[in-house]
Amino acid sequence: MKWSEIFTSSVGKKWIIALTGLFLITFLIVHAGLNACIWVNDGGTMFNAGAHFMGSTVVIRIVEVGLMLGFVLHIVQGIMLEIQNRRTRKIGYAVAMGNKGSKWYSRSMGLLGTLILIFLVIHLSHFWIPNRSNQGWLLGEEINLYERMKITFQELWVVIVYVVGCISLAWHLLHGFQSAFRTIGVTNKKYLKMLNALGTGFSIIVPFVFALMPISFYLGWIK
Amino acid sequence: MENYNMNLTLKVWRQKNSAEKGGFQTYQVKNVSSEMSFLEMIDVLNEDLINEGKDPIAFDHDCREGICGMCSMYINGRPHGPWQNNTVCQLHMRAYKDGDTIVVEPWRANAFPVIKDLMVDRSAFDRIIQAGGYISVNTGSPVDANAIPIEKDKADAAFAAAACIGCGACVAACKNSSAMLFLSAKASHLALLPQGAPERKSRALAMVAQMDKEGFGSCTNTGACEAVCPKGISIENIARLNREYMCAAAVSDKG
Repeated sequence: MKWSEIFTSSVGKKWIIALTGLFLITFLIVHAGLNACIWVNDGGTMFNAGAHFMGSTVVIRIVEVGLMLGFVLHIVQGIMLEIQNRRTRKIGYAVAMGNKGSKWYSRSMGLLGTLILIFLVIHLSHFWIPNRSNQGWLLGEEINLYERMKITFQELWVVIVYVVGCISLAWHLLHGFQSAFRTIGVTNKKYLKMLNALGTGFSIIVPFVFALMPISFYLGWIK
Repeated sequence: MENYNMNLTLKVWRQKNSAEKGGFQTYQVKNVSSEMSFLEMIDVLNEDLINEGKDPIAFDHDCREGICGMCSMYINGRPHGPWQNNTVCQLHMRAYKDGDTIVVEPWRANAFPVIKDLMVDRSAFDRIIQAGGYISVNTGSPVDANAIPIEKDKADAAFAAAACIGCGACVAACKNSSAMLFLSAKASHLALLPQGAPERKSRALAMVAQMDKEGFGSCTNTGACEAVCPKGISIENIARLNREYMCAAAVSDKG
């Protein structure tokens, strides 16, 4: 069986979504951890040092290309799968099944993913794109990201957009985290129970930490 | 439980054949006994329709004992009606009360085209089984029973998967019209047993390839299939199939 056949089969496509999803989950941990440095409340010294390390270390910049690839694969494959799956029932039901048997967010991964994608574009245009373009895409001068956060999060609408993005991420993760492990074939009940609990905790804590960042700046909790 | 009679309004999907467009027809069914099964209620309605010189409602049924997998009605937004672990033929009218309106639709999926009214063509399932849902054995004199030792837990899990009657409720309930619960049950009950081991890899690959060809969607683990399965097949089987498939595909050296 050719690789192209494997990854264009219905099961193979799901494996791509699951593996890239799990990879992006690990990225969230790094991202949340580094950004938490803002709460040191030292005027951004520690945060900027962390940001400088991420932006100026060659190895991390190479990994960043892998991260971009992960995002692209997850998004493109997700959208394609959603379109294909929607086409499998030309005539729908008069009475929808609704929540009888499945959670609304497990059926709305496409919608939640799209909301996250919209947020992602806004988010990248706020920080990542200006910073990288200032660096000339290589390892040049970085902008003061802490100052930029402070300015960006003075606007209420920005804070609201970020919080909505985080809420969408939470619902997306609540299904995605445990679903990814089912897709890669975890059947052991002992581990599934553990992964479900871990997934629920992760889906609540990580987006909550992210959402607190713009809120903290907006309410002046950090200077 | 005490017997009672009821009058019902039925909205049933009527469609002459696969080529023509269908639509809902409303029927009043009077004096339905709470002790009737759902199919018996349709039988009574059909008798009335025949007496009036009208075309009776076509629907699939066979054993009426909940074991053959022929009956297939999507009732008020749920395959096989409101009861858990139940087929339509075992759904009884005590589930309803006087004055209720019941909407009856056929299974909806491109892979299950409507033949007539509530009957759909489920031969896509047969083709998935033909692709790999079997074991190859020597014919001739039967092998002694219990000649191959099988671990009790594995035998139980295989038996639970083998309980699938292939009714297609999983496809009907799935937002993606995915046949993965059916396929994974059929692949699992063989993969878990030593008799299924020799063709384990080719089976997973062939069955998934056939499923994709039939136009079913892919699984997104929503769990709707498991919730409506009349035999309580677990979605754990889907995770097993996902593993079986990738293990087989990764080591396959064809192509």
